[in-house]
Amino acid sequence: MSTVKTEREPLFSAKTKKLLLGPLNKDNPITVQVLGICSALAVTVKLEPAVVMSISVIAVTAIANLVISLLRNTIPPRIRIIVQLVVIASLVILVDQILKAFMYDVSKQLSVFVGLIITNCIIMGRLEAFAMANKPWHSFVDGIGNGLGYGIILVIVAFFRELLGSGTIWGLKVVPNAFYELGYVNNGLMILPPMALIVVGIIIWVQRSKNPDLQED
Amino acid sequence: MYSNGYIFRYASIMVIVVAALLSAAALLLQPAQERNVKIEKIQDILRSANIESTTANAEQLYDTYIVKEIVINSKGEEIGVYSGGKFETGDRRAFLVDVKTELKNKQLKAQGKTAAEPVFPLFIARKDNRDIYIIPLHGVGLWGPVWGNIALNSDLKTVEGVTFGHKGETPGLGAEIATEIFTGQFPAKTIFDDKGNFTSIQVVKGGVANSNLDPSHGVDAISGGTITSNGVSAMLNDCLENYVTYFQNKKAL
Repeated sequence: MSTVKTEREPLFSAKTKKLLLGPLNKDNPITVQVLGICSALAVTVKLEPAVVMSISVIAVTAIANLVISLLRNTIPPRIRIIVQLVVIASLVILVDQILKAFMYDVSKQLSVFVGLIITNCIIMGRLEAFAMANKPWHSFVDGIGNGLGYGIILVIVAFFRELLGSGTIWGLKVVPNAFYELGYVNNGLMILPPMALIVVGIIIWVQRSKNPDLQED
Repeated sequence: MYSNGYIFRYASIMVIVVAALLSAAALLLQPAQERNVKIEKIQDILRSANIESTTANAEQLYDTYIVKEIVINSKGEEIGVYSGGKFETGDRRAFLVDVKTELKNKQLKAQGKTAAEPVFPLFIARKDNRDIYIIPLHGVGLWGPVWGNIALNSDLKTVEGVTFGHKGETPGLGAEIATEIFTGQFPAKTIFDDKGNFTSIQVVKGGVANSNLDPSHGVDAISGGTITSNGVSAMLNDCLENYVTYFQNKKAL
């Protein structure tokens, strides 16, 4: 498009680093922007589905961002949302099909939530706010960053829910039998969705108390 | 500005490209997906007869243990017997019968509507020189379908083991039907009484001990999972009753 020669920036400049790492903390999609909460509640009962869900979301945000960024100068503005949705939907269907073929057990646990990645506001938000106006490499990194930001919260929540709710980590027993003999019981409430909300709330609390500039009046 | 023609062309090309991409992916991945579904079914069948399998050896164990697949009709007649990789009678394989469809046909027939003649699958496993009869189950829970397999001893009435699965019962409540705590109650229960009358196995709210039901035909329901428990009870009754005539004929021989 433009004939102006710009100086090539290094692959990991300060800007790309910020794009990649920002969402992990101060721009976190879940705890700061409060997007994509529903799936964070639904798939965090156990660690394994949470990790698979995170990887799926990272893949979808990164590739969707890349594709939309590559197409950004050809997309007619009037149908841009439709184009974005078609790209997201196709990627999600692909992810779902691949999980069904190669990770059947996990795909059963994730059930409808893989399909519902389509409605995850994080992805749509990044496409509209970032990929439509930025170069492919930056968009790709931004997608990975936001996916990671979403994933890290999922993994933290799932870690505590699985540990306290089932006494296991990644399906392996970590609470010794001696505890159960002394009368310790798994907290059944941790398995239910409300506790995910409370764990997310605690994460937000910890994060804001450490970052004064995130605090509101 | 983009012209309308451009927008239409853009949308059409996009849709065609995406359609081609997804169809190709679906075609390529279909064999692997179907294999997963098949292996899951095999593992469930084997587990009800207390044969543990992994995804890797499930098919091999199935060939070793399941010696016969029988399909019966509602009159209790064998209309398909499949054994050792070939048909002995008929051309229906129990493994390929979808219990959900057959139960639907049975229900439609009972309402006097036209439907295909319902057929019911039965698997015979040979383990430790005993025959174990495995019956697939399908029913309705609170939020969605529940299913399972029940394995009967060679006396055709004592339960050897059961497995249950569900689509989305409440975690911690209805979902407990799939756990050992619930399924562990079934072995040694009987589906016929001493006189040979069909009793099924009731899932009793409040506990079998507090009811006046014979404890050999009942198991305790799950507290807080009443609708799921009732669903399991109804499923056992609806599915097992189809085999009563067949079993009685077989015992009379």
